[in-house]
Amino acid sequence: MTGIDIHRAIEAVWRIEAAKVIAGLTRIVRDLDLAEDLAQEALLVALEKWPATGIPPKPGAWLMSTAKHRAIDHFRAIERSGRKHQDLGRELSALEQMPPDMVTAMDDPIGDDVLRLIFIACHPILSPESRAALTLRVVGGLTTDEIARAFLAPEPTIAQRIVRAKKTLGEKRIPFEVPRGLDLAARLSSVLEVIYLIFNEGYSATAGEELIRASLCEEALRVGRILAELDSDEPEVHGLVALMEIQASRLRARVDANGEPVLLLEQNRALWDQLLIRRGLAALERANALASARGPYHLQAEIAACHARAVTADATDWSRIVALYSDLARMTPSPIVELNRAVAINMITGPAAALQLLDPLMADPQMKNYHLLPSVRGDLLAKLSRHAEAVAEFERAAGMTRNAREQKLLLDRAKKSRDAAGESV
Amino acid sequence: MRFMVIGKATKETEAGVPPDPKMFEEVGKYNEELMKAGVLVAAEGLHPSSKGARVRFSGDKRTVIDGPFAETKELIAGFWILQTRSLEEAIEWVKRSPSCFGDEVEIEIRQVFEMTELDPAVSEERIERKNKLRAQYENA
Repeated sequence: MTGIDIHRAIEAVWRIEAAKVIAGLTRIVRDLDLAEDLAQEALLVALEKWPATGIPPKPGAWLMSTAKHRAIDHFRAIERSGRKHQDLGRELSALEQMPPDMVTAMDDPIGDDVLRLIFIACHPILSPESRAALTLRVVGGLTTDEIARAFLAPEPTIAQRIVRAKKTLGEKRIPFEVPRGLDLAARLSSVLEVIYLIFNEGYSATAGEELIRASLCEEALRVGRILAELDSDEPEVHGLVALMEIQASRLRARVDANGEPVLLLEQNRALWDQLLIRRGLAALERANALASARGPYHLQAEIAACHARAVTADATDWSRIVALYSDLARMTPSPIVELNRAVAINMITGPAAALQLLDPLMADPQMKNYHLLPSVRGDLLAKLSRHAEAVAEFERAAGMTRNAREQKLLLDRAKKSRDAAGESV
Repeated sequence: MRFMVIGKATKETEAGVPPDPKMFEEVGKYNEELMKAGVLVAAEGLHPSSKGARVRFSGDKRTVIDGPFAETKELIAGFWILQTRSLEEAIEWVKRSPSCFGDEVEIEIRQVFEMTELDPAVSEERIERKNKLRAQYENA
């Protein structure tokens, strides 16, 4: 192996092992910041030694063992300096009593350590962006630079974000444990929010960026799948994974040859990844087996599945979608859910009924800058031959979007409606 | 990125010999590890070639040839599809697999094309944009 090869091989090992090593160390030293430092030190030693010795057969155990020795050195140094350290005595003796056979010592067959790590990195006391960066770093094993590139942010910003996040967790003495009971729902919701945030950063990447940022969808899927295996009793976890698998199945179809977005109903379904759809439907089955009452991600996954199952747009089960959006509206009411419900209702009952649904949204301040509302209204008005009104809505929508291609599409529709209005006079 | 990991056939797999229960368990555990790491996209075993067929194309002519086929070493017995960030990561996972395809074998790893890489209609403009953006970030 050449010098570059071995480095990349070591990086690959790191990506696989980072979460387990950091998680195990955090359990022992009870400080995420220190744990990550120790893990990084172990990685540096590996980068130094493995090019000569080759990658050891159990690289994870090697890294863990090396990091533990660093931890012992670290605590002994504190002891020697006379500095007071609260739990020093206990921690040192616990570390020193670890059996020399680090393979078994590292063993965490249930994966609780990594689960704990996910919960702590996604703690709601941190902002969603901080949770995302920290999770990609300690659970995903990405470098700060890789995270910065994926979020199209400057590297120092991300570095600072991570440093501050770890500091906050330390200062607030956030315990390293899997939440239970009443706490669990809120904490889990915080985790799912982060994973989906990362996914959406990748999924909604604008034209030109999509090839770089699609990797974020993969990262989110990966963490989601890990979570689904470690915490397999939670239907919302499987719901989120199902939603992401199915949305990811459309990545190749979402964007046309010029890199411009294609609406779902206009996408070439031959480009939908059937393997991911199959996985998504399987995850959805797991969610359904666990709960008949569906949470928000579970519901959204069911809606996505309706589209996924339809071989053509015409074959879509719109009644089911309307029912699901009604459930979703009751659970997490939002103008966007209402908008989507209206689009589905148009498919069944026609544009007049759909338009009625949109009336209350017109006054909603949240919708002030959301161009899809006037865009959809314009479409419904045009279907009802209310062309003059449609023109106004399309022009309003065009003014609200910054995407040049979308603007052109909307202005084209405005022109069509203007022509139609002229004809019917 | 996705990679197909290809296991070739052996005399045993071609003979339809059921897998050794211990090996079967080890493969099960390995697939579980892949699942727990979030990298397993698919894993399938293939029936012996005696249950398969080939279609020979000769210009417009189509001829069907029933299995089994002779060149055991060339035949596929199973595959995984893994989602990893790099070829090196796929390699590392494959190294950790149990020797379910025999003691002296080569497991092949091939990268799966993303549709956009194959599409001749992808505009020059878009490719240029992608390259510019990539250069921007790699030189940053």
